[in-house]
Amino acid sequence: MTTGQMGFFTDTTLCIGCKACEVACKQWNQLPDDGFRLTGMSFDNTGQLGASTWRHVAFVERPEALPGQGSPLDGAKLADGAFSWLMMSDVCKHCERAGCLEACPTGAILRTEFGSVYVQPDVCNGCGYCVSACPFGVVDRREDDGRAWKCTLCYDRLKEDLVPACAKACPTASIQFGEIGELKERARQRVEQLHERGVGEAYLYGADAVNQPGTEGLHAFFLLCDVPEKYNLPPDPVVPTKKLGESWRAMAWGIAGLAALAVGSVLSARSGP
Amino acid sequence: MAEAHPVGFRWVMEAKNRGATIIHVDPRFSRTSSVADLYVRIRPGSDIAFLGGLVRYVIENERYFKEYVLHYTNAATLIDERFRDTEDLGGLFSGWDPKEAYDPETWQYEGVGGVVPATGHKEVFAEKGAGRVDLRGVKVLRRKEDPTLQHPRSVFQILRRHFSRYTPEMVEDTCGVPQALFLRVAETLCQNSGRDRTSAFCYAVGWTQHTVGVQYIRTASILQLLLGNMGRTGGGILALRGHTTIQGSTDCATLYDLLPGYLPMPHAVQDAKLENYVRNNQPATHWWSEMPKYIVSLLKAWYGEAATRENDFGFGWLPQLTGNHSHMTTVADMADGKLKGYFVMGENPAAGSMNGALHRKGLRKLDWLVVRDFPLNETAEFWRTAPEIARGEVRTEDIQTEVFFFPAATHTEKDGSFTNTQRMLQWHHKAIEAPGDCRSDLWFAYHLGKRLKAMYAGSSLERDRGIQALTLDYPVLGPHDEPDVQAVVKEISGFTVADGKPVPGFTKLADDGSTACGCWIYSGVYADGVNQAARRKPRSQQSWVAPEWGWAWPANRRLMYNRASADPEGKPWSERKRYVWWDEAQKRWSGYDVPDFVADRPPSYRPPPDARGLAAISGIDPFIMQADGKGWLFAPSGLLDGPLPTHYEPLESVIPNPIYPEQQCNPARDEYPRRENPYHLPYDDPRFPYVITTYRLTEHHTAGGMSRWLSWLCELQPEMFCEISRELAREKGVENAGWVTITTARAEIECRVLVTDRFKPLRAGGRVIHTIGLPYHWSYVGRITGDPANELIPFVADPNVSIQESKAFTGNLRPGRLSFGRRAATDGVELRQPEPPFSPPRDKPGVRDPKYLPAQEPPK
Repeated sequence: MTTGQMGFFTDTTLCIGCKACEVACKQWNQLPDDGFRLTGMSFDNTGQLGASTWRHVAFVERPEALPGQGSPLDGAKLADGAFSWLMMSDVCKHCERAGCLEACPTGAILRTEFGSVYVQPDVCNGCGYCVSACPFGVVDRREDDGRAWKCTLCYDRLKEDLVPACAKACPTASIQFGEIGELKERARQRVEQLHERGVGEAYLYGADAVNQPGTEGLHAFFLLCDVPEKYNLPPDPVVPTKKLGESWRAMAWGIAGLAALAVGSVLSARSGP
Repeated sequence: MAEAHPVGFRWVMEAKNRGATIIHVDPRFSRTSSVADLYVRIRPGSDIAFLGGLVRYVIENERYFKEYVLHYTNAATLIDERFRDTEDLGGLFSGWDPKEAYDPETWQYEGVGGVVPATGHKEVFAEKGAGRVDLRGVKVLRRKEDPTLQHPRSVFQILRRHFSRYTPEMVEDTCGVPQALFLRVAETLCQNSGRDRTSAFCYAVGWTQHTVGVQYIRTASILQLLLGNMGRTGGGILALRGHTTIQGSTDCATLYDLLPGYLPMPHAVQDAKLENYVRNNQPATHWWSEMPKYIVSLLKAWYGEAATRENDFGFGWLPQLTGNHSHMTTVADMADGKLKGYFVMGENPAAGSMNGALHRKGLRKLDWLVVRDFPLNETAEFWRTAPEIARGEVRTEDIQTEVFFFPAATHTEKDGSFTNTQRMLQWHHKAIEAPGDCRSDLWFAYHLGKRLKAMYAGSSLERDRGIQALTLDYPVLGPHDEPDVQAVVKEISGFTVADGKPVPGFTKLADDGSTACGCWIYSGVYADGVNQAARRKPRSQQSWVAPEWGWAWPANRRLMYNRASADPEGKPWSERKRYVWWDEAQKRWSGYDVPDFVADRPPSYRPPPDARGLAAISGIDPFIMQADGKGWLFAPSGLLDGPLPTHYEPLESVIPNPIYPEQQCNPARDEYPRRENPYHLPYDDPRFPYVITTYRLTEHHTAGGMSRWLSWLCELQPEMFCEISRELAREKGVENAGWVTITTARAEIECRVLVTDRFKPLRAGGRVIHTIGLPYHWSYVGRITGDPANELIPFVADPNVSIQESKAFTGNLRPGRLSFGRRAATDGVELRQPEPPFSPPRDKPGVRDPKYLPAQEPPK
């Protein structure tokens, strides 16, 4: 059986936007559709991650060249205007420090033996604290039952030694599943390879705590070629509870200040004329 | 390829990761473009100009693979002195006759008097050599050659002159491709071809669906032959087919003019006897001279003991052609009331084929229609929910057609094989029982045949002998009497009649009735009584060629014509590209793959000039199916629209032909001039000023018959839309995600619009050209519906293979939902209002019958 800290490395330079991950996820997890509406946002008609969309492919059309991705590697300008079409399969990040898990008052959200963050549907009471605690906007409540749903890292498949449905279906190895340490090593080599080939833009998003202190690193991290905002990712996500100590300290100072003020005002009143 | 074949595209991505350069040439910036190293935006319908430019670049800069070209192609062969090129005749070749067809007599090799092509449909199209034994390549070994390639009538010099117009400047003006980009493509391709490196071309139906579709592929073939990229690893031209096992269905054989294994369908008049058929089709030399063995074995497979030498092995019982019965011709005949019944199996012509309204008109004129599919698709529902019914132009109660719908089993509900683009058969096993009345196609065809046999059992008419003699003796299994598919595979693969033992391959077939084989190219798929297609040996347990994964025709060869992977002496061109070679010690061909050559024929062998059959194959003839064993840079026969590819504009174009101003279109195109099928002929016409091209999206499959019923796919692409550039949107006042109405001479549809930088206007023919992109996945039944793009497309065809021109035609776009759903096929009023004032000629004077064309002079 698979053991250890498992996760996803999603290499956006290999994504062809086929959405096989979205469909495989919905099929395996038997998730309903999100309605049939054309958004007008390139080829993205599911919009975002949600209660019934646990993989979501973003399509970003941008008027900039990206070497090897529709533009010549040597930067030569050969055709009409710079353009590239970025695609990224987004998913729950299974943060090292997970806001949802820390916010959950019922213990419905737990960290599994694979290092993934899992919502137990039979314990969840639908309070929604996790929804606001996720810095990525991943967790979502389903309208009909009110409970919170998100990617399980295919916990049921991992128990059977199968890779998650999305990674299994990905035809181009854009979604790679494996042991986190190995994935990080592979990701670093990939960034180096891309830099050597002239894709200086490539970098890792959320690969570790240094890279992303607000989450202390992601179990589902990404190789990107533009600022995170372009992919609808926060540039500096911070788990709310990360600042808990800080806010308690701030509050303590505030209370102390108020107390001092109160004491001061009493004293000054006493010492009045 | 990433768009329509994402799973196959994984290997392209793998190659890219290993350092391969990906070049993508397409009118739209697609998912494939998004990961390509070079994206080339091209004007729809101009690919011959682009490829022709590459051919010229390779020749003029002497970048061709000289040894390969000299020995393995017909470059050195001299052509008949009466031959005239498009350069001499202003866009036409010699041999054009007033019957709107070419006579290829002047295209032949000098001193040969006719070369028979590898396979062909001579009976129908009366190619040179039909019925004349003296012209069937008997003298092909006496052809004249100039090994210096300098003779003005050598194929090489003809090729050079023919493509001399296709300069980078001309490519830019015709295709809209900037010269710098074109030159970058040319240089990349040349640098990556030669002894040590190869380049591959992948194409899908976007290349074929033109009035010059076959010549697109021909141009790529010429280029690949010049660069030495055929018959070698990492080379070739890969046809990505539009559906699963379309390759298998052509092999085995669903086209109207073919029997299994690309044997021509007999012609009713010319082939009264087997002897005539053989005489009309068998070349004197090289591998196709073996075809009598294949036809006789086919007849033995179908008619069994009833087929004897005395009765011509039942040859006369085969269906015989009386003319062109291709798709569009059949539907046009149907609309004229000439057809009584129609089987539609696994196809959805009412939504998936060109000019759907004309198709539905045809369906309304039938006595009966049988549809076999998973859902009740548009073809099955044409009498109930079609647009013309919804608009009240046609009333259901007036339709006499009796419609039978048979639910079909899916591939997971039956055993069978898929043949993929590299000719590999892979077996799939039944996973679950089909629900309810759903049955396999095999079940349907078998039981239909059984019932017909019962019906005709008592007939004494000679014409019913064919049905009576059909063997149809497969064992049946299970509660529904499903025929044993293994028995069918065995019959396809072939066996010796005396003992029923499977043959090892087609080299063991005979023409005396001692063997039976349902499809000679598949012979060996059941060798040793084992279903070879079901083999799944992991790659870790065999060589990188993986010969024990599935089975590939012919003879389990994974790479066809692989003799060309070795040099004339039989040594690999380079160590890196080592594949098949001559083993001098063993006196045999050897290699990683099954050599595609006569196993013990040494490279030094040269046939005597009067050699026949396989003895005529020289040691340096890799292309053994051709009558001369060479790759044809110049095709002396087999093509109806010229021996060399020539850029002609699509029938509907917005500009005059920049390369051949005198001849606008393919002179040999098949037109269907009908009231329901009007063409828009004038160019530079403000009423239809834009180019429309159609295509697929990853999220749906063809006309949506399978994908628009599945919510997980529906949500990914829920609505019909078109794609246009920002520039066109601004010009027309269209907003992203808004509604537009698109009109052609045939129909108008409405859809949403994506305004995107992936589409850009380009400059060609001295003007700015806007392209409208249309996915064709939607129609009027299903979970999600939308207007079908195919309603817009005309009936007009490539003359060689009768494919429609759906990748380039003209239309207009207006903002808003203004469609009245008009169809030229049902309104009775042509959409072309007002009538075109006049149209410049599409052809040189006298080339085609002007009867159906609009006035060519402005009215006084």
